[in-house]
Amino acid sequence: MTLPLHNGELLNRAKIPHQNVTDFRQQVIARVHDGARVAGLFGLPGNGSAPVLAVLANGASGMLELVGTEISGEYPSLTPDVPQVHWFEREIAEQCGVTPQGHPWLKPVRFAKSLRHGHDAWRLAADDQPLIGVASFYRVEGEEVHEVAVGPVHAGVIEPGHFRFQCHGEDVLHLEISLGYQHRGVERALLGGPDKRTIHYMETLAGDTTVGHAIAYCQAIEALAGCKPPARAQVLRGIALELERLANHTGDLGALAGDVGYLPTQSFCGRLRGDFLNMTALVCGSRFGRGLVRPGGTGIDVDETRIGQLRERLEQALRDVTGAVNLLWNTSSVRGRFERTGALTAETARETGLVGVPARACGLEQDVRHEFPSGIYQFVQIPVSTYHTGDVFARAYVRWLEIQRSMAFVDEQLNALPAGPVRTTVGPLAKDAAVVALVEGWRGEICHVAMTDKTGRFARYKVVDPSFHNWFGLALALRNQQISDFPLCNKSFNLSYCGHDL
Amino acid sequence: MFRNVVIRLQQGHRTIGFPKGEPTMLDRFRGRPVVDQSKCPARCRDCAEACPTDAIRIDTKGLRLDLGRCLFCTDCVEACPEQAIRYTQDFRLAARKRDDLILGGEGLKLADALDKKTRRLFGRSLKLRQVSAGGCNGCEADVNVLSTVVFDLGRFGIQMVASPRHADGLLITGPVTENMRMALKKAYDAVPAPRIVIAVGACAIAGGPYINHPEQHNGADNVVPVDLYIPGCPPHPLTILDGLLRLLGRLEDASSRK
Repeated sequence: MTLPLHNGELLNRAKIPHQNVTDFRQQVIARVHDGARVAGLFGLPGNGSAPVLAVLANGASGMLELVGTEISGEYPSLTPDVPQVHWFEREIAEQCGVTPQGHPWLKPVRFAKSLRHGHDAWRLAADDQPLIGVASFYRVEGEEVHEVAVGPVHAGVIEPGHFRFQCHGEDVLHLEISLGYQHRGVERALLGGPDKRTIHYMETLAGDTTVGHAIAYCQAIEALAGCKPPARAQVLRGIALELERLANHTGDLGALAGDVGYLPTQSFCGRLRGDFLNMTALVCGSRFGRGLVRPGGTGIDVDETRIGQLRERLEQALRDVTGAVNLLWNTSSVRGRFERTGALTAETARETGLVGVPARACGLEQDVRHEFPSGIYQFVQIPVSTYHTGDVFARAYVRWLEIQRSMAFVDEQLNALPAGPVRTTVGPLAKDAAVVALVEGWRGEICHVAMTDKTGRFARYKVVDPSFHNWFGLALALRNQQISDFPLCNKSFNLSYCGHDL
Repeated sequence: MFRNVVIRLQQGHRTIGFPKGEPTMLDRFRGRPVVDQSKCPARCRDCAEACPTDAIRIDTKGLRLDLGRCLFCTDCVEACPEQAIRYTQDFRLAARKRDDLILGGEGLKLADALDKKTRRLFGRSLKLRQVSAGGCNGCEADVNVLSTVVFDLGRFGIQMVASPRHADGLLITGPVTENMRMALKKAYDAVPAPRIVIAVGACAIAGGPYINHPEQHNGADNVVPVDLYIPGCPPHPLTILDGLLRLLGRLEDASSRK
């Protein structure tokens, strides 16, 4: 038995079914077999046994399902039956100190302290934490096989992470990605909230996804407080979310061009990304949308003059982006590098639970705006952009399709901004309640789960950045590729380290 | 090829005039904050209590605002009953000493140039290795932007390089997580002396939103010595550029402005 619910629906925590581990496993396996995805699987801090909760997302029906269990010590791992939870189970082991037995690759995901004092899957002393990067790595043995280790400090202006390639000559047999360097304790600090810092944590979970994460948080808070943001705020949030997508997708296409040495599009898109960021700054003063989304609505409003300026800038940007990006598709040397590089099949994407652009580039019609719409997306449809080849080209081309559709959306919404206030007051949060909030950020599905205690404070606030689902997809995309194609493959995913490490 | 030329012409010339010309900032841009303490009601602590990072301190000496901790959010502005706090359009914020970032009665003491000897070494060619040590990738994004045609960092002889061994200094972002402490220290040690260190953003200066979390170290200067602090969350690209040029003594107005 599972509990069905909608995106952003308030529910009583007591209603979440808690089953024994065997039944829990069977429910998750059956649901995934029927086409659901695991949007979240996490433990709650507590004494005694660890409560574990699964959030299942069924795109076809547009419904989410919750099911829980209690785990003490050890339990039979789900990963052999449901590969997409492998990273989640490592996280549960790290945060709650329970051991999934039979997990094929059990090691820390962030090298962080347990959230349950004295419970540690690695059997360390109560106040110790595993040393970053110190763990066994997958290794290929044999003559002429060599290992390339990269990071945590990389060559570019980019976040830290450690990559180990098992190579035979130029060919990569296996890549293992080890993260946690950006871990700054956000989920631990969120316990007992919300407080005056909470919104700022949300805006900096992944700085380039400020708007996406802030909307997910506000949806959760608004459900818990039983309030509804005004229509004008909903539309402004949608505009901000699509501007964020536009900036990042444009920047990514430029960077992809740079990684194959095609400088015109690189330099045009580098500038154009800034133009989109400046549109967000025109709205709220911050290029990343800081201060724009606030519980109850938005922190700012826009008048007619500002809307006019935005539309003017948008029109200019559309012309320039179209010119810059179409150069990519018309240049055979670019297509020669993009096509058939780092390809994944739809089956792999489905089994490993990929989300966002990499999933859609394999032909999966997965998009929160379409499957679990909230806010303005309940009224305005944005077609899901997919391509079928699963390679770097597909991931680039899906971005271009989304750029065009986001532009059309923003233009349309600027024309039809409903009148009225932009913010409503937010009262105290419901006690012993829970809510799941999903948002399609530019990288993919953002999932926030808020659970309150008997005083209406956060007993758990779980954040699942789309990168958490997708890092393993990058590792798989590298198999049997040339190591020199790593930067290109990496950029075609462009995942977040800080959103993963939290 | 013909198409490339047409598109190139269409894209136009995009490099900004700064530092020769004064850039226009967007009207809602939040630059250096100013506090009109004459408006403060007696015993009012609303702004200090609202500040998410405790950047505002009120004691017998009056109100002091620590730009190093400031996230440039509007929580204090909204909390103030008398509209005593407002943000100006001034994007110049970089300072050489941590204490210079604390705004009290007097204005902000902007960064001085490096001493003559160091400037002779780095003034016309500065190679920096960027180390991201926690944080949210916002600062990294706006450091990266400096290499686009808009800011064109290369025209000042400043370049981000791939290895600390090729670098004259480090540009650090993030609060320095415990998990990055050793890597940062190793990168610092790998830069040949004399070397400079630049802390970019609220995290690298004081820990940012994560200040006092046990998982991090409240900023770069608790791990390595810092020569230049550039506040913001994240700092505007112009704020970073202004800081770099000020450090190299490349701005004519270095001492004339407050």
